[in-house]
Amino acid sequence: MTRMRQNRITSRFEALKQEGRAGLITYVMAGDPDVETAFEILKGLPAAGADLIELGFPFSDPMAEGPPIQRAALRALKAGMTLRGTLDLVRRFRVNDQTTPIILMGYTNPVLTYGFGPFAADAAAAGVDGLIIVDSPPEEAAELSDALDVAGISLIRLTAPTTDDKRLETVVKRTSGFVYYVSVAGVTGVKEADAGTVAPAVARVRKASNLPVAVGFGIKTPERAAAVARVADAVVVGSALVEEIASAAATDSLAAPKVLASVSALAQAVRMARLDVSVT
Amino acid sequence: MNAQSPNDYSAYPDANGRFGDYGGRYVAETLMPLVLDLGQAYEDAKNDPAFHAEMSGYMTHYVGRPSPLYFAERLTQHFGGAKIYFKRDELNHTGAHKINNCIGQILLARRMGKTRIIAETGAGQHGVATATVCARFGFPCIVYMGATDVERQKPNVFRMNLLGAEVRPVTSGTGTLKDAMNEAMRDWVTNVDDTYYIIGTAAGPHPYPAMVRDFQSVIGIEARAQILEREGRLPDAIVACIGGGSNAIGLFHPFLADENVRLIGVEAAGHGLSTGQHAASLTGGRPGVLHGNKTYLLQDDDGQIIDAHSISAGLDYPGIGPEHSWLHDVGRAQYVSATDQEALDAFQLCSQLEGIIPALEPAHALARVGDVAKELGKDGIVLMNLCGRGDKDIFTVAEALGSRL
Repeated sequence: MTRMRQNRITSRFEALKQEGRAGLITYVMAGDPDVETAFEILKGLPAAGADLIELGFPFSDPMAEGPPIQRAALRALKAGMTLRGTLDLVRRFRVNDQTTPIILMGYTNPVLTYGFGPFAADAAAAGVDGLIIVDSPPEEAAELSDALDVAGISLIRLTAPTTDDKRLETVVKRTSGFVYYVSVAGVTGVKEADAGTVAPAVARVRKASNLPVAVGFGIKTPERAAAVARVADAVVVGSALVEEIASAAATDSLAAPKVLASVSALAQAVRMARLDVSVT
Repeated sequence: MNAQSPNDYSAYPDANGRFGDYGGRYVAETLMPLVLDLGQAYEDAKNDPAFHAEMSGYMTHYVGRPSPLYFAERLTQHFGGAKIYFKRDELNHTGAHKINNCIGQILLARRMGKTRIIAETGAGQHGVATATVCARFGFPCIVYMGATDVERQKPNVFRMNLLGAEVRPVTSGTGTLKDAMNEAMRDWVTNVDDTYYIIGTAAGPHPYPAMVRDFQSVIGIEARAQILEREGRLPDAIVACIGGGSNAIGLFHPFLADENVRLIGVEAAGHGLSTGQHAASLTGGRPGVLHGNKTYLLQDDDGQIIDAHSISAGLDYPGIGPEHSWLHDVGRAQYVSATDQEALDAFQLCSQLEGIIPALEPAHALARVGDVAKELGKDGIVLMNLCGRGDKDIFTVAEALGSRL
């Protein structure tokens, strides 16, 4: 499908390909630990080296999340964050950044409550480029896909170790932007993926789709990020960053500089990953 | 298949697990292949006479089915209206209807070659029933239970431990039944190869709502035959309490095509519908998506789930099975509610007039049975599912009545 405007996600992956490196996708939760700190973090992410941004919107019952992101959602809800509030953050971010792709990530119910059509229109107007809905498999997503297509927002799908080749075809069918490979069977931020399984899994996804492949779940350190960056088009880090926000909030220290420093370290590891390979 | 008329209630759910707009499979991709496998395995079992024969054997000799249909003579006199019958599912092994579903699902788990069982529980009745079948069939069993419920349902926690199950208190979210269900889903998504999740109510992703309904339909099938034998006709109304709605759908389903039989579900109104502290998803909620299905939910303007409240831990759930949402919308069933206080009054009335201590859950149904009996008048017949016994609730009731045990 041709789109009204050039999608920022596609442009960014094209640029990364030119540079010959993988991208870093960072996940933080809107409103965590409070609205203004979350905005400060969001604003600082591109300069710290995030190539794409995943911005979580909170849900009271995040079934697929491990304890770090569960707690982040509770902090955000306590701070009064909503899906509308999340779009406000994106709108403010776009005042100074027209190029970094933003992908919202969360669960069906807040979007359903907003209304798929109105949400898609408002999200596009705010500057959202993509959407990941954890509990919306292709079988349930037709109506949402239609609404997002109209607005020019990419629906990014998750594939998992349990997704076999036959099912993979269904999963990638109405996906755009990139494919998100969940590298472990489990919730976010708990198990670490077995390094040996990621490369063949990414190859399997590439056979089914021409889209870039991002890998996430259980990637916590620059070393792990670099290892994944050697085989995937992008690396997603979430729980590790969210935990830093939590510990900063718990000790009343400033969360933003701490998190952004970690993002820089991850970004550097991801940027160097393929160069390392060529010298060793 | 013929074109589906709105009256062909047996045609639901459709192939996608939909009851009208409700139901479906809203789960993470990691679980989706497992949920599809389960659907296939259940279809195969459903069409296998050997599966039914085995289940029926355990229902008779282990659970104690059929449960009696009892004419509640003194309550009938007390209300002075229609004849009141109780379907006595509280006489089942483990003291509630929950075991019907657990027998079916444990046999399915064994058939699928699974080796580890998980479950969620609120009041602990489903946890006890799951721990029971796991002991009987030799499976390790982990039961997720909200930390608040662990505290207020200690006898059931001890029972589960005696039966060899591990009870894991859930502190995430708000530490209630909905969070126990989230935690069980997280366990399942982490242990995809060996684990079978026995959901206790007719909710969750397809095929659970249909499967749990089918296993619980033994209630309505027996009740229908029993009342025909006793009275030579069908009842005018059948009544059941609703949390997730498994005992109610089990009673209702075999009567769906009997359009002259009124189906009445009773939700928990907690401190009162106007207080916001209740568990009446149909009366006080609106459609949304939680725990793998689309259904009526208690939620705020942003789509965040609101905690339910009921004196009965078994009804304390902010959602309801999707088939009830659909029966509500199409008008085939009627949903009313009863408050904590009304349930407490009915609990005592039943104990004193019939010598039956009901669980607080069916006490909610009983609280509305009097109204229905009066409305129908002396020629009428009303049948209520007494889905659990009240032994587990004596501490809660004592506290509410200001007694110390």
